[in-house]
Amino acid sequence: MSTRIHSHERDQDFSDVDRAALLAALAAVLPAAALLADREDLKPYECDGLSAYRRLPLAVALPEDEAQVVGVLKACHRLGVPVVARGAGTGLSGGVLPIEHGIVLSLAKMKRILALDPLARTAVVQPGVRNLAISEAAAPHGLYYAPDPSSQIACTIGGNIAENSGGVHCLKYGLTVHNVLRVRGVTINGEIVEFGNAALDAPGYDLLALMIGSEGLLAVVTEVTVKLVPKPELARVIMASFDAVTQAGAAVAEIIAAGIVPAGLEMMDKAATAAVEPFVQAGYDLNAEAILLAESDGTPEEVAEEIAAMRAVLEQSGATDIRVSADEAERLRFWAGRKAAFPAVGRISPDYYCMDGTIPRKRLAEMLTAIAAMEKKYGLRCANVFHAGDGNLHPLIMYDANVPGELERTEAFGMEILRLSVALGGTITGEHGVGFEKVGAMCAQFDSDELAAFHRVKSAFDPQGLLNPDKAVPTLHRCAEFGRMHVHQGELKHPELERF
Amino acid sequence: MIDEFKERIRSGKPLRIRGGGTKDFYGNAPRGEMLDTRAYAGIVAYEPTELFVTAKCGTPLAEIEAALAERGQCLPFEPPRFGAASTIGGTMGGATVGGAVAAGLSGPRRVSAGALRDYVLGVKLLDGEARELTFGGQVMKNVAGYDVSRLIAGSLGTLGLILEVTLKVLPKPVAAATLRFEMTQAAALDKLNRWAGQPLPIVASCWQDGVLTLKLAGARAAVAAAQGKLGNGDTAEAGYWDDLRDQRIPFFAGADDNVPLWRLSLPSVVPVLDLPGTTLVEWGGALRWLRSDTSAAAIRATAAVVGGSATLYRADAVTKAAAGAFAPLPAPLMNLHRRMKAAFDPRGVFNPGRLYAEL
Repeated sequence: MSTRIHSHERDQDFSDVDRAALLAALAAVLPAAALLADREDLKPYECDGLSAYRRLPLAVALPEDEAQVVGVLKACHRLGVPVVARGAGTGLSGGVLPIEHGIVLSLAKMKRILALDPLARTAVVQPGVRNLAISEAAAPHGLYYAPDPSSQIACTIGGNIAENSGGVHCLKYGLTVHNVLRVRGVTINGEIVEFGNAALDAPGYDLLALMIGSEGLLAVVTEVTVKLVPKPELARVIMASFDAVTQAGAAVAEIIAAGIVPAGLEMMDKAATAAVEPFVQAGYDLNAEAILLAESDGTPEEVAEEIAAMRAVLEQSGATDIRVSADEAERLRFWAGRKAAFPAVGRISPDYYCMDGTIPRKRLAEMLTAIAAMEKKYGLRCANVFHAGDGNLHPLIMYDANVPGELERTEAFGMEILRLSVALGGTITGEHGVGFEKVGAMCAQFDSDELAAFHRVKSAFDPQGLLNPDKAVPTLHRCAEFGRMHVHQGELKHPELERF
Repeated sequence: MIDEFKERIRSGKPLRIRGGGTKDFYGNAPRGEMLDTRAYAGIVAYEPTELFVTAKCGTPLAEIEAALAERGQCLPFEPPRFGAASTIGGTMGGATVGGAVAAGLSGPRRVSAGALRDYVLGVKLLDGEARELTFGGQVMKNVAGYDVSRLIAGSLGTLGLILEVTLKVLPKPVAAATLRFEMTQAAALDKLNRWAGQPLPIVASCWQDGVLTLKLAGARAAVAAAQGKLGNGDTAEAGYWDDLRDQRIPFFAGADDNVPLWRLSLPSVVPVLDLPGTTLVEWGGALRWLRSDTSAAAIRATAAVVGGSATLYRADAVTKAAAGAFAPLPAPLMNLHRRMKAAFDPRGVFNPGRLYAEL
């Protein structure tokens, strides 16, 4: 196979970008307050939620409307300047890590809810609107926006589109892709395109689905129509303790096999509950090797029926203790521990590295056993929180960046988890995105033909590769380099490429 | 079998991909040499507790649904089978899973359960250069790489030959009930939208000829409570929903040379359309079927003005060729479509013209 893959064979070089010309061109299309170029002003944009990677951009553009977005993109397109679009910067994969010779395009100022139609159950919002703000605006009508990533108080809908964000309720209510009807965006050449419409489907290719989760590589989002759904009358959560994580895993399979789709189904191992409990006093059973949180929502009748059914399954599966939230305050307390897992681990360790692989649920025991072995191998501790309903595992590797070699050991530990996720039939990222962080790991999941197909998709939207370069999809050159470092069981994933 | 497919693709001659042939009417007229997928069939993996099924493209939907039913599960998006229930000479005929995914059509429960594309977890396909590519997988949460699997859904076979698909499956609702109310279309549209804003287990709806039929499904208690709340509609026969799903009810009957059948996908709150013809309303108002002789331009303009689109679903060959099956796209969007086609099928091998003349 000798198909030519243009510039995607190697990382691009943007070192010839003319800073003065760029700033002049941006100043011509933006109000003065919407353009940052001083070093101290750029500092807050040097990283996202994954602070291990930092870079300063040449400038930050903060457009106030779509016309300014078009102006910025046209200028960058003309001058060959790379653009990294950014929402709230809460991402966990370095997806908005700036590029040295490029700009950050922050959509933070575009934060208006343009329309909310309670009868149609839709809201039209600008990309900088916070996830939770949509649900707050919809609340008086008994409606809400279903995807609820843990960062929902801060993260924006534009960022949710880029990452196809989920949340603890996505088993029942779906991901971003299931809850968005329409995305309006601007391509790198300044053209405005609408993907989807106000109806449930639109003619042609489903480019809406392609846009969602495209990590800012295809177009810049300027407007979104989301679906709103009725708020369930009642929600209750069961907390069950287990003597072994394998038992907890088996219980999850039994719940699904019983025909139940819980509104939320989460697992935490002992290391995670031990970190969380002193922090939030959720009332977790600290003797349990694993706890499960299983939520039911709906009408009071429905919830009573489902809670009874789940309780029966959990008892049969060997739960050592079962508690059902008595009221809303207790339900929120049970969840508070799970939602605070990341900061809680941040409290007991100077740094932590959150992984995001998804595995088939039945392979959970294998994965957790392997992670325990890796803790010994790398001399690092790891706490595990798990979206048990959908197989998305968040091992939190604890390390200290100030100890020489620990970050490198942590990265190697993480990479081993991701490789195992793929080997077990899963994926390197369930919801945090590939970003900058896992671009190398993509080579473990996709072969050269598939990566080349991704690059052709990218080129269809952005032939010069100016939107968020060096993220999400690795160049084949990078995979060759990566393969040299990680030859797996003697198999080379990209044998056709020259090695060096 | 795959090698045979590859050879056909490499020959460069335009191919008309076909499974059970139940949707030959859909889209623009098929062109090219027939490539029959039915021999490439079988369920590859079905794991009830992992909630997915993987099947080769030629597998009859009926076979998949029978396997799911044994474990109390289903395809909640209810793809139309167009007579798939028939068993011909020991093998099941009817719609195949490859065809269902390529067409991307969903049935009555779509409004509550989501569309076919929402359930596609992964695909394996041959692109226009006969390369075997795998996207997505068998897990529900997977954001590695672009979501090509969902892009393939509804692309009418124009981007690649689907070899294998993985679909998410769900448990069948424990209880269901069908209610019937007499009311005008305007009243039905109003009621449907108001009900949809409340936590009621209404999973499907159909209005026709002054009668609104509702399907309730979910937990036993929820269905019973909702029946109480909605009042005493008449309980109708459950087989109605299968007939609606497979478009066997009289509204859909009749050959393609009858009055053209339009499929209008609209915001659910759009009032009764000011278009001549007979109407059937599904999806809580978001899907309006229209049998009408009115000009394509008028129907398409009406749909576009309210934020939706109109597909010429069934019509005689001349009418369809003149109007095109699908609403024309704005130029920037069509440009992206052309480039997307070139990215997967640069030589234009697969189903030329089936979606749009330009693709």
